[in-house]
Amino acid sequence: MISARSSEKVAKLLLWVSGLAVLAILLLIVGFMLIRSIGVINPEFIFGMPTEGGRGGGILPMIVGTLLLILISVLVASPIGIAGGIYLTEYAGTHPLSKIVTFGADWLSGVPSIIFGLFGFAFFVVFLGWGFSILSGGLVIACMILNEIIRTTQEALKTVPASFREASYALGATKWQTISRIVLPSSAPGILTGIILGIGRASGETAAVMLTVGSFMALPTSIFSSVRPMSVHLYLLAIAEVHPGAVERSFGTAVLLILIVLIANFSSHAIMRRFTQPMFHR
Amino acid sequence: MFRFNEWVIEKLLIVAATVSVVIIALIIFIVFRTGLPLIVDEGVINFLFGMDWRPRAHIFGIFPMVIGSFLVALLAMLISVPLGILTATFLAEVAPDRMRKLLRPVIELLHGIPSVVYGFVGLMLLVPFIRTHLGPPGFSMLAGAVILAIMALPTVITISEDAIKAVPRSYCEASFSLGATHWQTIRHVILPVARSGILAGVVLGSGRAIGETMAAIMVLGNIPAIPDSVLRPIRTLTANIAMEMAYAPHGPHRQALFATGVVLFVAISILVVISNRLRRGQ
Repeated sequence: MISARSSEKVAKLLLWVSGLAVLAILLLIVGFMLIRSIGVINPEFIFGMPTEGGRGGGILPMIVGTLLLILISVLVASPIGIAGGIYLTEYAGTHPLSKIVTFGADWLSGVPSIIFGLFGFAFFVVFLGWGFSILSGGLVIACMILNEIIRTTQEALKTVPASFREASYALGATKWQTISRIVLPSSAPGILTGIILGIGRASGETAAVMLTVGSFMALPTSIFSSVRPMSVHLYLLAIAEVHPGAVERSFGTAVLLILIVLIANFSSHAIMRRFTQPMFHR
Repeated sequence: MFRFNEWVIEKLLIVAATVSVVIIALIIFIVFRTGLPLIVDEGVINFLFGMDWRPRAHIFGIFPMVIGSFLVALLAMLISVPLGILTATFLAEVAPDRMRKLLRPVIELLHGIPSVVYGFVGLMLLVPFIRTHLGPPGFSMLAGAVILAIMALPTVITISEDAIKAVPRSYCEASFSLGATHWQTIRHVILPVARSGILAGVVLGSGRAIGETMAAIMVLGNIPAIPDSVLRPIRTLTANIAMEMAYAPHGPHRQALFATGVVLFVAISILVVISNRLRRGQ
């Protein structure tokens, strides 16, 4: 029979090992990527045009494509998501609509990206006739990040103390005046965090994008142009035949994708630290 | 007093809030409208349990893919769940503050890394490793399971940690006052009480694993056959859609891919509902 004290020691050791294992997994992934991409990421790679079908040269069109997809999806999803979050938190109360919408949003967040791809292909690309384009892809990503923006908006609004609202009502402000001038400004950092996390997700999205944006390797001329986002480029390079130039450039692309996520995570933390805490100490 | 402005704004907000429900309804309508007729024509049994997938001969049986998705998700969860729950326990109960501050962003980054990058790491690191040390071809269920396990980790950890933290502190104090050690309290009080919340995380994590596309495509080998060992290549439902949508002509083949999407969508939806129930049951 093992004594309680020694099993305590073994168990704690096991818990520490699992925590450190998670850390090791990340370090392994990031370290491997960094080592293999040394020397690849330079100005010519970031600002150069691709040659030999992406096996040489830079990835400027892919970076532009990814940025445009992020821009469109965030421009479309943010107003709708924020408005939806405001309705659910400030207006809906126990209205049955609130339950339906919350369930719908939960459901939406579980739908795999390839299903969004099928939907986007059949609806935007074929039915609306927009073809493989930045617009089709951007709207599909907007559908995918909508839920995250709704949820972070709701959470941010809930952190605004009731006393703020009561003070505004006591001064004779209407409900919308209170929301637009008191509640929204004080919850803006939290809402911004949701949008930034949406940017992170939009930048790496691949499966849905492949079926709606295509993979055309040139600088876009309009929102109806097909582009090849960095994520799709990485996939196509990685599965193509082994070619030193392609392998090198796929590592470079992968590191840039991780970098975007890293910057997004870091800035959302920075915003939360910078803006939210002082509010409660005021 | 009736304020027209306020009335208009409220209605606009309601419209925004219903967008996510409209999207999910559109997804269901579009994917089912294209896919369901083929399932009906072929017969549900023939489609779901058919062993042969030969689109050119118009033979559409997706049983190998159903099994592939199921097995790889199961194996991934066998790796991910123990590690995830232990790490969650570590974070909630044992980890010193500094360790917690280090691990939190690590888990967020693991969550944020795009799936195509995970697939790429698997392709460059895991597949060659398995090929040389365990046997060819390297592209295998095992490679997929390990990558999907890592990808599901953040979901399992975050939701389990929330569930553990939701256990009332008085339960632990009661246990301590009876002379139980910390580990005895974790094992016999905290984890059993948090069980349903942890299960919700596990179910949600397996949903992620089943719905994952890019990582699956890049390391699983994509051969539609039922595997006899974890070192054999398999094809998942998601991979079936993503690989063949690129060239499937309009007609039964494309319909069959949408039909694959229908099966995937139904499976994921069941998991989302179960996970919601479990979380509410907590």
